[in-house]
Amino acid sequence: MRVAGKGLIDRTKPVRFTFDGKSYGGFQGDTVASALLANEVRLMARSFKYHRPRGVLTAGSEEPNALMTAGVGAQAEPNVRATTQEIYEGLKMRSQNAFPSLAFDLMAINDLAAPFLGAGFYYKTFMWPRRFWEALYEPVIRRAAGLGGLSGKSNPDPYEKAFAFCDLLVIGGGPTGLMAALTAARSGADVIIADEDTRLGGRLLAEVETVGHKAGHAWAAEVAAELDGMDNVRIMTRTTVTGAYDGGMYAALERVNHHRPRRDSITPLECFWRIHAKQTVLAAGAQERPIAFQNNDRPGIMTAGAVRAYLNRWGVAPGKHVTVFANNDDAHRTARDMAAAGVHVAAVIDSRHDTDVGNTPYRVFKGAQVCGSGGRKELESIQIRTTTGMEAIQTDCLAVSGGWNPAVHLTCHMNGRPTWRADIQAFVPSEGAVPGMIPAGACNGVFSTSGCLASGVEAATKALAALDRKVALVELPDADDVPYKMTPLWAVAGKGRAWLDFQNDVSVKDIKQAAQENFRSVEHMKRYTTQGMATDQGKSSNVASLAILADATGRGIPETGTTTFRPPYTPVSIAAMGAGAQGKGFAPQRFTTSHEQSVQMGAPMIEAGLWYRPSYFPRDSEKHWRQSCDREVGYVRGTVGVCDVSTLGKIDIQGQDAAALLDFVYTNMFSTLKVGRVRYGLMLREDGFVMDDGTCARLGDTHFVMTTTTAAAGAVMRHLEFVTQCLHPEWQVSFTSVTEQWAQFAVAGPKSRDLLNGLLKDRIGDERWPFMACGPVSVAGVAGRLFRISFSGEHAYEIAVPSRYGASLFAELVKRAEAMEGGAYGMEALNVLRIEKGHITHSEIHGRTTAFDIGMARMVSAKKDCVGKTMAARPGLVEEDRERLVGLRPVGDVKALNAGAHLFAHKADAVRQNDQGYVTSVAFSPSLQSMIGLGFLKGGLAREGEIIRAVDHLRGYDTELEVCSPVFVDPEGERVRG
Amino acid sequence: MVELKALNPIERKLPLSIGGALLEALDLGALTSLSPLADPAALSEALEAAHGVELPKPGQSTGGDDVRCLWFGRAEFLLLGPVPSDALAQNGFVVDLSDAWCAVSLSGAASENVLARLIPLDLRSRAFPVGATARTQLQHMNVSITRVGVDRFMILAFRSMAATLVHDLKNAMEGVAARD
Repeated sequence: MRVAGKGLIDRTKPVRFTFDGKSYGGFQGDTVASALLANEVRLMARSFKYHRPRGVLTAGSEEPNALMTAGVGAQAEPNVRATTQEIYEGLKMRSQNAFPSLAFDLMAINDLAAPFLGAGFYYKTFMWPRRFWEALYEPVIRRAAGLGGLSGKSNPDPYEKAFAFCDLLVIGGGPTGLMAALTAARSGADVIIADEDTRLGGRLLAEVETVGHKAGHAWAAEVAAELDGMDNVRIMTRTTVTGAYDGGMYAALERVNHHRPRRDSITPLECFWRIHAKQTVLAAGAQERPIAFQNNDRPGIMTAGAVRAYLNRWGVAPGKHVTVFANNDDAHRTARDMAAAGVHVAAVIDSRHDTDVGNTPYRVFKGAQVCGSGGRKELESIQIRTTTGMEAIQTDCLAVSGGWNPAVHLTCHMNGRPTWRADIQAFVPSEGAVPGMIPAGACNGVFSTSGCLASGVEAATKALAALDRKVALVELPDADDVPYKMTPLWAVAGKGRAWLDFQNDVSVKDIKQAAQENFRSVEHMKRYTTQGMATDQGKSSNVASLAILADATGRGIPETGTTTFRPPYTPVSIAAMGAGAQGKGFAPQRFTTSHEQSVQMGAPMIEAGLWYRPSYFPRDSEKHWRQSCDREVGYVRGTVGVCDVSTLGKIDIQGQDAAALLDFVYTNMFSTLKVGRVRYGLMLREDGFVMDDGTCARLGDTHFVMTTTTAAAGAVMRHLEFVTQCLHPEWQVSFTSVTEQWAQFAVAGPKSRDLLNGLLKDRIGDERWPFMACGPVSVAGVAGRLFRISFSGEHAYEIAVPSRYGASLFAELVKRAEAMEGGAYGMEALNVLRIEKGHITHSEIHGRTTAFDIGMARMVSAKKDCVGKTMAARPGLVEEDRERLVGLRPVGDVKALNAGAHLFAHKADAVRQNDQGYVTSVAFSPSLQSMIGLGFLKGGLAREGEIIRAVDHLRGYDTELEVCSPVFVDPEGERVRG
Repeated sequence: MVELKALNPIERKLPLSIGGALLEALDLGALTSLSPLADPAALSEALEAAHGVELPKPGQSTGGDDVRCLWFGRAEFLLLGPVPSDALAQNGFVVDLSDAWCAVSLSGAASENVLARLIPLDLRSRAFPVGATARTQLQHMNVSITRVGVDRFMILAFRSMAATLVHDLKNAMEGVAARD
């Protein structure tokens, strides 16, 4: 019901939205909760476990009950709190966890079975048979209990993440935060003030009180306007600071576009901020706690502060006959405000005998307690126990207050524990819990407005001192200074279920049962009962629960302690944290200069690390990739093929100690390499296993270019940095990555030289350009580099030009190769060619093999030391029966051969105990017209000629293989020199 | 006679003007990696004699739009603009990186806000004034960023990642513009 003349909503702007398909009206400035209450809708949700009818409990982000799904289809968002979702034209809200409808929910049967479903029920009941848990029990339970569900569709909403920096971060925009921000801002500090609400003001927006001789919300608006006008202030509303981390880092979630109908693919829905602050003032306020009594969860029962907020902020009376139940003075303001607004206040029940409220226009019961509630899906009456007996009162809204809990959460995110303060019966932040964070105002146990204003200035002054800044004078405005008086009351004694954790359906009885079953530690109690484990993290129930646990275990509250507060303070969507990483943002795409042409030629591109490389280049007549691959292999073996090899790492190494560095990082000798020559090299890790392989060219006396495999380019670079910075800092050597500088193409095949001679300024021949020669060349007028090296075993070259000419050179090479009945080849053909030659890749040097294992023990030079040499000589690494590289060829009826298959002795059982090795690489060799493979086999080539068994347990193949030399084609190596 | 055509990986995608930010391709001329041989001062002197700029301190750059020298990491500098004089090789290691990096300029009042979506550094002018440079990350990429004007940044990324550089910057520009 709307109350005329009250609230900060804009009544000139009506807004329509739907809830469960029914259309409702509200005003700009309303939340879903306030608008539904204005429409006298109190039933908003069903509880998690027992499906009990629930209404809104609070007016803020701590709301445990009124969770709904906002939006429809792929953009639907579950578990949105009705108390924080602003309404906009066309907003569609839906209730969740109810079937078939919110008003008639079949699963409410759970509530009748409640005696069997108490704390620990699942643990005790679903123990046996064991395998039923995953298959049957858990899915059924999950379906019955739960929150809203995801749509299952890809989320089309854009999200954003961002970084911000400031001198002072003020968390919370209530009276404390505003004064802290104003003081720091006027003193010239860079200030960020963040608040989860839509506007600054905090509790001042929800109360009838004056600050600086004007209405509290008007004063807040004035301060906000001053801050907004300052260059050194950033106001972040709709922004919840969700976590405190090391070094002054804070996480914050900004709800950018949840409150507007406009949804496009560009405007971020949310932004996840990482804020670095030199100092922080925590002004997070406090949260009111309910009192537990039988059936205290009926829709219409809410916190006293929330009832005031709905009246004063949104102009809504949550009921026509309001009652108040409290253990403190503060809650009497609810009755006062309601009465002043013309709403009938049926009674105020104060648990204290000694309270003094003066003359009131409503009945006040002192020393009385509410011990039960009546009604069906909403509150109709309450039962009270007074000093003289029981009484029933008709009421449709009960405002409850058991006192206030300072919002200490963020101060505990770095494992600080809060301190108990008996005078306010609440936990307050411990000194220095988060370095650089100064708690102030209500979150530090200061509960009067006047006290909060002063506390804000004080905290800012402290922060400014730490920042070495002078403090500008800020006058403290006059404000209420009412002392906070309360007498603890956590739960009303009596039978029946009195609810503590509304979101997880945990009652007083459950806590007591946990204690009885010896789950006495607060952390054990939490897990046993699930108290505090819902999405609200028990904001309204933690302190009451541990007070009851303390009572049940005969300990004090401070001895009982709290559970651990962890980030995030309120739920953060994973999409926001991973913003920017959807689709193409997942990882950078690295494109070679030939990419565009490869795609135009129809090549399927495969990812090699971040690079995209052509798999093969299909022709119209080809129906299967193998046809393309075989044809491309034929180019290299028969005429000439062209392949982009730019993705290989290239490192330019210079300096008088460059050769010494290479001798040290490669197993073989490089100082003896002649200028203008290339050598293959093998690199070990410090533990003696193979790290990478590649060629290294000597361009000048003190100038080399090292190539690495595509995958290990970064790792090798890091390794070189380690060696030169840590092991040999005295060496004069410098290196830099030139991978991106050069576009490099393999030109391979018997006609490769003919092709190149058509492009090079100076023709090349065997004399100046024998196998493993290198040097500068002029390619169509461009200064390039030529290397006569071969990965395919054929007469081959790699030609490099500056990347800007890469696309152009690739096109020219392919055109010329095609004219010679050759053409471009892709990764598949490249792989076949190298397997035919027994050349290794990271399939073989996968991190667990040594030079000995891959048959390159002789490449570890005896004449010098190198990284990994000593460790590679360990006895276990040089034993004859280690799994060592062999070639494999099927000889039985089954011709299939798969990488990943395991090797066994002929006729041996294919079981783990008999495992003798595995297959690493396979290919169909067009040259041999057979599958061939490389693998590691116990004893290695000593078993050449032996028939063994390969079993692929995954794909179900069982193949007889002959062990053979890994070099299948041209074992004498004559073609490379051809 | 065959002629090889030079291609810039980003110029076809740019410029982009979105909201208060303008993204343009930059042609910086030659890019040269310089590493001092033994004495950085000698290289600095040679550099100044040949090209009129000194070696910058860590996190700094020297020169202007025609000739600029960036601190580029440990014991490495990047000379932008001129083809390096042979004299430099007497005092340092010289490597041509003209084709290894692509360069863009991000300018306009919104540029700081755009970069705050991508780069985890404090790029406010107080912490990162004109001339300041950093090797850092932009979304998932390694980049070099330099503030070359009050509202103007120069960003270098690996040439192969040019498409991602434009993609990520465009995304951030659109997100910032959509809020206005």
